Amino acid sequence: MKDQGKYQALTYYQLMEVSLRELLVEKGLVTEQQVAATVEDMRRRTPERGARVVAHAWTHHEYKARLLEDGTRACEELGLDVPALKLVVVENTPQVHNVIVCTLCSCYPRMLLGIPPDWYKSRNYRSRMVREPRAVLAEFGLKIPRQTRIRVHDSTADMRYLVLPMRPAGTRGWSEERLAALVTRDSMIGVALAKQPRSK
Amino acid sequence: MAEPRFRPGDTVRVMKAYPLGHVRTPYYIRGHTGVIERVCGSFPNPEELAQMRDGLPAQPLYRVRFMQNEVWPDYRGNPADVVEIEIYQHWLEPA
Repeated sequence: MKDQGKYQALTYYQLMEVSLRELLVEKGLVTEQQVAATVEDMRRRTPERGARVVAHAWTHHEYKARLLEDGTRACEELGLDVPALKLVVVENTPQVHNVIVCTLCSCYPRMLLGIPPDWYKSRNYRSRMVREPRAVLAEFGLKIPRQTRIRVHDSTADMRYLVLPMRPAGTRGWSEERLAALVTRDSMIGVALAKQPRSK
Repeated sequence: MAEPRFRPGDTVRVMKAYPLGHVRTPYYIRGHTGVIERVCGSFPNPEELAQMRDGLPAQPLYRVRFMQNEVWPDYRGNPADVVEIEIYQHWLEPA
């Protein structure tokens, strides 16, 4: 391994990972190169991919309609390959706020958002988001007005979900690239709004 | 592939069953009544896949919409708040 830093004992799961990986390589089932390439692929997937999809939908009405109709196909249109992912895109409006959770484990649209944040996998988030979404969102600093309806999506099986946040006011005429910079990971999970243009 | 029994708008009840194994129906929704939001397609049954079987015939999968007020009697919020969950057909019965 490349890490030459000071010695630290492996944790239980690190030890398990190393043992399993070395065994798979020794048995000729995978190569070290394949493992490294897969890890590299996972690291390359970041929320910028999802942000590109959102910014394109904000600027193209017909694309937005196709995205809401069939998320997987609409991502492929942008050259984003989302294998084994049935993507359901849900749209935030002034009347409806959507938020994603997986109460059973940590299902997450990794192809578009990368590796999930630790809190997404926490028991706290998973058990409370379905039970008291308004309280949990408030803890993220997001106060949802009482008259706005909340749709919680529990990602329990084969679908994956992406929230299409509302386009912030004051961004008329902005390029897709500039808009994409306002689209945060949290806004695509539904625990935040897209950034306001002046809030930097 | 098992035939889809339900269509969007149909009212369904989630079975109140407690089988062992890899089940994708959360505890908190068992026994509750909701409305089919959409049909997601058919997928090999994960309860069977977890036992290293082929999961066939594929089971229709639905997104079912539940009123939060019905799921949690002490729910506070807009009475129109909902939770939507993917549930396989073999867990649903007409209501």
